[in-house]
Amino acid sequence: MSAVIAQRLFAFLATLLATSLVVFLVLEVLPGDSAQIMLGVDAEPDAVAALREKLGLNRPAAERYLTWLAGFMTGDLGDSYTYSVPVIELIVDRIAITIPLAVMAMVLTIAIALTTGVFAAAHHNRPGDWGVMLGAQIGIAMPNFWFGILLVLFFAVTLGWFSAGGFPGWEDDPLDAFKALILPAVSLALVQSAILARVTRSAVLDVLREDYIRTARAKGLSKRAALWGHGLRNAMIPVVTVMGLQFAFLLSGTIIIENVFYLPGLGRLIFQAISQRDLIVVKDVVMLMVIKVVVINFLVDLLYVAIDPRLKTAT
Amino acid sequence: MNAAAIAVGRFFRYGNFAIGVALSGLVVLTALVSFVWTPHSAIDIEIVDKFKPMSATHWFGTDHFGRDVLSLIMVGARNSIAVGIIAVSASVTLGTALGLFASARRGWVEEIVMRLSDLAFAFPAVLTAIMITALWGPSVINAILAIAIFNVPVFARVTRGAANAVWAREYILAARAAGKGGLRITVEHVLPNILNVLIVQATIQFALAVLAEAALSYLGLGAQPPLPSWGRMLRDAQSYLYTAPEQAIYPGIAIAIAVLGLNLLGDGLRDAFDPKLARKR
Repeated sequence: MSAVIAQRLFAFLATLLATSLVVFLVLEVLPGDSAQIMLGVDAEPDAVAALREKLGLNRPAAERYLTWLAGFMTGDLGDSYTYSVPVIELIVDRIAITIPLAVMAMVLTIAIALTTGVFAAAHHNRPGDWGVMLGAQIGIAMPNFWFGILLVLFFAVTLGWFSAGGFPGWEDDPLDAFKALILPAVSLALVQSAILARVTRSAVLDVLREDYIRTARAKGLSKRAALWGHGLRNAMIPVVTVMGLQFAFLLSGTIIIENVFYLPGLGRLIFQAISQRDLIVVKDVVMLMVIKVVVINFLVDLLYVAIDPRLKTAT
Repeated sequence: MNAAAIAVGRFFRYGNFAIGVALSGLVVLTALVSFVWTPHSAIDIEIVDKFKPMSATHWFGTDHFGRDVLSLIMVGARNSIAVGIIAVSASVTLGTALGLFASARRGWVEEIVMRLSDLAFAFPAVLTAIMITALWGPSVINAILAIAIFNVPVFARVTRGAANAVWAREYILAARAAGKGGLRITVEHVLPNILNVLIVQATIQFALAVLAEAALSYLGLGAQPPLPSWGRMLRDAQSYLYTAPEQAIYPGIAIAIAVLGLNLLGDGLRDAFDPKLARKR
């Protein structure tokens, strides 16, 4: 058991290190002179030299890389060039929107996908199944940002139940803030739950064909009891795999959806940073998002071991 | 009935495939027709005609610059298809080569290829596009590059998985006994036997590429004005939701039709290539 976890932990740390190297190379070494890029081609040479000095760009790349890595451990990510505040402050502010949004979307996704997926499997090859599958096909084909725009059109422009975008902040009115995240979370959840519902349906169908379900039915259990008592846990392994992948991709989904609903989260931050050529913020936020993906994948790996005890002994 | 007719008959027994062909065909046809004919110019600005509702002259109305929306959608189809084809072709070529190489060599070569693809999976297409844009600014080429980079590990993994199964077959052993080398076995036996899987995967990734292109254009990271693209049409439409809400409908439907068509085509192809799987589902 501990050997498996140690192995996964090692792979996790190695991936983190490798991804950080990629981000550093692409955003700091590849562009050549970051100071020139940030100030633009028309900048005064003196100003560029001063910024280069301020950012420590005169030091060797390896040293800058290590300093940057150490910054991630201590939370000292340097100052944003455009905002003149520590990058960590910007991130902490913005993450208070992005993380709740991603979690809300994921909870919605799981709730919709598990109920419709199990329902479709239980009604295999009957109208209920076809209905869910048709809905899933359409859901997968719809871009989430378009669905978001349609939600705004209907619930904000036509009905006026929600605001068309923006975020009031958690401090003033938490309920209003929560409300501002509902439409974005729904737009994120639609596509994700369509995919997950299909996976759930086929996983449950596979399990229903297993001998132990037949045995349970022969023992006198109803179809429902056999499914809930014996089937679901076994059907969960492929479902959890896809869930993990989805949670990781929800993070890139939030970048898009935050722009649809004008939510000042990490996604908006990174776009503002790009348009202001604030490479320091771009690099830190990209790295942060990559870290989240890698951490989630690691947690999913650990979750497998918890769900499927057979994996504990596997190497 | 000859073998080809039997095969075609089998393809069309699956409804998914027929609908997929029809929808994808519609999108491709629209793009092709747009080269020789569009109802109006998709580039010329006629500000006096802005936000005209649906009419006999402008079937889908006009946008904020007075351009004909149907014409924009027709020309936009070219952009989606071109980005999809280029990005997926590039990633199929590179990803398949890597996957075949890993599978033929096994051992540490395979390990390195797979760990590199794990690494690439940590970067969603949007993040890659953001990094590229931060360096070189937004353009349709950069969008293609981001989508292609994201897809390479997908094809590397699928190829390796399928190829490993082929390498375990007895006819490979026979080919080895006949003195064929790794490269020759890969080209003559492994590749032809995994082509089905690759075609299905490429269709599905094409659908994802169309979605990704739309998202990147919507964010302003893809096609730049005046090149019409469905994603950017939606971005423009969002600014005028209160004055011209219908503008936000048509480009979205176009994207959904293209993606739905390609997905159904992929499902249909998979069923046709593997009838056992189709019966099971």
